[in-house]
Amino acid sequence: MATVKKFLYLNRKAPYGSIYALESLEVVLIGAAFEQDVSLAFVDDGVFQLAKSQDSKGIGMKNFSATYRALGDYGVTKFYVEQESLAERGLTVDDLMPITYEDENDGFAEKPSIIVTPRAELAKVMGEQDVILSF
Amino acid sequence: MKLSILVNEGPYTHQAADSAYQFTKAALEKGHEIFRVFFYHDGVNNGTRLTVPPQDDRNVQKNWSELAEKHKLDMVVCIAAAQRRGILDEGEAKRHGKGDGAANIAPGFRISGLGQLIEAGIEADRLVVFGD
Repeated sequence: MATVKKFLYLNRKAPYGSIYALESLEVVLIGAAFEQDVSLAFVDDGVFQLAKSQDSKGIGMKNFSATYRALGDYGVTKFYVEQESLAERGLTVDDLMPITYEDENDGFAEKPSIIVTPRAELAKVMGEQDVILSF
Repeated sequence: MKLSILVNEGPYTHQAADSAYQFTKAALEKGHEIFRVFFYHDGVNNGTRLTVPPQDDRNVQKNWSELAEKHKLDMVVCIAAAQRRGILDEGEAKRHGKGDGAANIAPGFRISGLGQLIEAGIEADRLVVFGD
């Protein structure tokens, strides 16, 4: 399958309150095997998916937040986080998990995956995609 | 145009399932090709044969099955999402020891993996998502 398309996974919901975040992650993991040009975007309550220090013990649900940090190893290295969504929720990038990847084109230097992106800019990123999966 | 459809919500709770059906039907009537309809999240509940809606209401599941038969649609239910929600075909029912007659997948649907969704995105000109 030689076709390479630009895939964007648009994450709009907080984790745990509904299953969208977890099942979105499952598509991203399977999709990684298809060697497409993958980006993730986090908007609205979706920014909470990347929040630091998640602890889901009290609600009896599996904490899947560590999976986001492993995505770099699957070639998923672009995490667009909408700036306004963070600000509207009183969050900054320091409230998010540090997520990095090793850049194989740059001596495997460790680089941040999270790209805080203004709303207008994110609209442009969306406009460049071939496939947008909105969860 | 070659289209793929993603249905992320179950029938009756959300209009998304109805909209996806209406859109798919309209696209076919206009002569477009539907590469695949993929059911994910609670959307897998569109594919149970056990729904019994009131007689004066539409039957979302039956609508899909009839559309599939008429147009030879490829309608795929995500296996991981389906297992969580109790949608099983014969093979899965047996594999998980759920007993005879437990299979509840509706006619025209098949259970397969998420790779089918990615492929649907790659192969179609447009992937149209119906969700909340």
